[in-house]
Amino acid sequence: MNKHRTYVGSSVPKKDSMALVTGKPVYTDDIAPKDCLVVKLLRSPHAHALIEDIDISRAMAVPGIETVLTWKDVSPKRFTMAGQTYPEPSPYDRLLLDRRMRFVGDVAAIVAGETEEAVDRALRAIKIKYQVLEPVLDFRTAKDNEILVHPEDSWRSLCPVGADNKRNLCASADDVHGDVEGILASCAHVVEQTYHVKANQQAMMETFRTFATLDPYGRLVVTSSTQVPFHVRRIVAHALDIPKSQVRVIKPRIGGGFGAKQTVVSEVYPALVTWKTGKASKLVFSRYESQIASSPRHEMEVTVRLGADENGIFQAIDLYTLSNTGAFGEHGPTTVGLSGHKSIPLYSTPKAFRFHYDVVYTNTMSAGAYRGYGATQGIFALESAVNEMARKLDMDPVRLRELNMVHEGDVMPAYYGETANSCALDRCMARAKELMKWDEKFPCRDMGNGKVRSVGVAMSMQGSAISGVDVAGVTLKLNDDGFYSMVIGAADMGTGCDTTLAQIAADCLGCDLDNIVTHGVDTDVAPYDSGSYASSTAYLTGMAAVKASQSMVAKIKEKGAEYLGLTADEVEFDGEQVYSLEGDASISLKDIGNKVMCSNGKALEVTEAHSSPVSPPPFMVGMAEIEMDKETCAYELINYVAVVDCGTPINPSLVRVQTEGGLGQGIGMAMFEDVTRSERGRVYENSFMQYKLPSRMDVGRIQVEFEQSYEPTGPFGVKSIGEVVINTPSPAIAGAVANAAGVQIRELPITPEKIFRELHEQRNKQRQK
Amino acid sequence: MKIQMTLNGKLTTAVIEPDMLLLDLLREKGCYSVKRGCETSNCGLCTVWMNGKPVLSCSVLAARADGAEITTLEGLQEEAAEVGAFLAAEGADQCGFCSPGLIMNVLAMERELSDPSYEEILEYLSENLCRCTGYMSQMRAIEAYLNRKKEG
Repeated sequence: MNKHRTYVGSSVPKKDSMALVTGKPVYTDDIAPKDCLVVKLLRSPHAHALIEDIDISRAMAVPGIETVLTWKDVSPKRFTMAGQTYPEPSPYDRLLLDRRMRFVGDVAAIVAGETEEAVDRALRAIKIKYQVLEPVLDFRTAKDNEILVHPEDSWRSLCPVGADNKRNLCASADDVHGDVEGILASCAHVVEQTYHVKANQQAMMETFRTFATLDPYGRLVVTSSTQVPFHVRRIVAHALDIPKSQVRVIKPRIGGGFGAKQTVVSEVYPALVTWKTGKASKLVFSRYESQIASSPRHEMEVTVRLGADENGIFQAIDLYTLSNTGAFGEHGPTTVGLSGHKSIPLYSTPKAFRFHYDVVYTNTMSAGAYRGYGATQGIFALESAVNEMARKLDMDPVRLRELNMVHEGDVMPAYYGETANSCALDRCMARAKELMKWDEKFPCRDMGNGKVRSVGVAMSMQGSAISGVDVAGVTLKLNDDGFYSMVIGAADMGTGCDTTLAQIAADCLGCDLDNIVTHGVDTDVAPYDSGSYASSTAYLTGMAAVKASQSMVAKIKEKGAEYLGLTADEVEFDGEQVYSLEGDASISLKDIGNKVMCSNGKALEVTEAHSSPVSPPPFMVGMAEIEMDKETCAYELINYVAVVDCGTPINPSLVRVQTEGGLGQGIGMAMFEDVTRSERGRVYENSFMQYKLPSRMDVGRIQVEFEQSYEPTGPFGVKSIGEVVINTPSPAIAGAVANAAGVQIRELPITPEKIFRELHEQRNKQRQK
Repeated sequence: MKIQMTLNGKLTTAVIEPDMLLLDLLREKGCYSVKRGCETSNCGLCTVWMNGKPVLSCSVLAARADGAEITTLEGLQEEAAEVGAFLAAEGADQCGFCSPGLIMNVLAMERELSDPSYEEILEYLSENLCRCTGYMSQMRAIEAYLNRKKEG
């Protein structure tokens, strides 16, 4: 039926590209009203304290100050800021403003005024008397600690996730399949180690920001840099304790999210100010605030016990994760699940597995969602353990993986019993091996100049949307002259879904890409969509776009047939006209679009929703080549090879950039990005001076290729791409470091200092022997 | 205090506080391409030209712009579109938040270096951070842009 070019599989530029690259004012702070009140937050200097008294009188007296809000001004109903489907698995443990300060940076008061200078003066003029309490800072001692992060009886958990605030537990579970202990006891080889991943920052270039206004009906309009507009609507309504009908959320262009903006970090504060004052207000987080009081990755310690027989066939995996959710439980109960559910299923050989975990509260910044969402932590641990097993067996780690990896058609008991209906992991490994010239380079080569070059490998998987939970929606409308509007609730955050979803619809409708106008996101207008997270947009909203297009084609045929005096089954639609299957009667789409605007009782508008009972994993293989100085252990990444199976790439350029970008972030967390705290709980890496993002000098040469599979449940065979790509650098680089230096670093980031120390410790031990 | 500068070719006056940053003045004057990404002169997002040389506008006092010629991406729209088309073709714009600062430096580099090597490009642009792309697509786009005239 299609006379047009096809767009799926084609690298078209993003629809908004030219506005972005020419610097047009399209982001939240660019479009905020110029007379907005400036909102800033007074933050706690203590990791754990109670506000005994708060005196705002001097602050209120500062000229230009509109309002100062404290715990006395907010609803006593607790809520969560996690952008998740209701009822949220994250506990309702927050008040918008509270008397109890739970981490250094927790919000004690909100100040709004006409100018930044006035607000800064007012912030300094607020006098707070704190009762300083002993904090729980070490997540290893948090469970059942006598100090409770959330002692309040108003704390509650809506879902059965094993949470108990009287034990500092945000979640806990134990999942056993088969006789793990018996099998491990009989294994020829067992690796048992603990691996530590830090609370990395997403560090999107645009920090958290929101402005709020009232519309002519007195409703609250929240314009925000968010990945989850519909969750923001609900959460703002909860936080302010107002009807959801009173909140409208608009998402403009977003300067990156990576999961950070799946938590409602900044929205509630200006929302409250505007609701109370009736005046427009805006809050722009500084980079400092984004580093100390945001929603970083959950710090996790993952203990792996991996058992193999004498031939290297895996027999059992036991994985225990201790996760630090920080002061609040945002995404705590869910991220931890991925540390096991999206690492263990990489291998189909084990006969038994156990996955158990505890997620604990501490008096540190609340964690949140960061690309990879727990899978990253689990994969660093398990893939490192597999590399350690290979050294134990004196076997090539590629070979060890080939013997044990999941293949297409395998049932994955640790992945909710789903079957890998599309899986090219074996082909990814074969191709990565070729690209890296692995057989020539493994394990290492002495370069003769004091440097050694070595290679390391890791595999990764993720999901495509949350099965049985996430909902995607697409509305299509036919307009004058036959152009379409596509209205979506999924949030394009630079990833390009406004374009890729239109590519899908254009192929289904048989039209030019330019004939589809994408609109996203306004919660008053868009069909419900859970939002852009959990690697869901291409897979789930993509299928909603297919369904909506099919329904639209049916409506067009029906309407065209009516105008031709025929029935719908007597006509066909080729994207440009509806024509009679017999005879030469036809009517163009343009004419239909125009005719329905006069004397018509059937709207050419459809909305379709989509949800999926499965979450098909994309897979990939990553290989790192490093060069290390033998004296100092300083090393550089010189080459990174990644071969990815994401089903069908809709837009190869965008999919490639997703991959390279995810690898860049993964390289950062593997090599440079650290989060450390003072003994009083203050984060040291509070700016880009200390928090080292990789620059273009640091990433080496990244080579990306795709091995396609076809996912039967995805639109055009699509699986996800956004998250799977961040998981391999940490274990692959750790593997390469081990092959160069002979020591396995089990805590990120893998710095030369850690390698050097470990090496010397090992040498000292050997000398003592 | 009152200052006068040539902003994107137009004589512009402003009344400023002595501690105002050039970045804030430029945004106040409607140059929204100029972004703030950090407070520590690390990210390159706020790059503009002062008398034809790239500077971080977060690290220059607005008072220093008195008598100077300031250029932002708003004043280089045609060139921005030309470089930008190469970025877009590679999907290297992504969220776009770092694109204006990057393009300001690409255009400065083009004026300063003739036929730079890959390593020279890496070095010249090393202070322009990007969190979306992992840089490879930007480098492909920039090389293609610089080679456009060679290939005719």
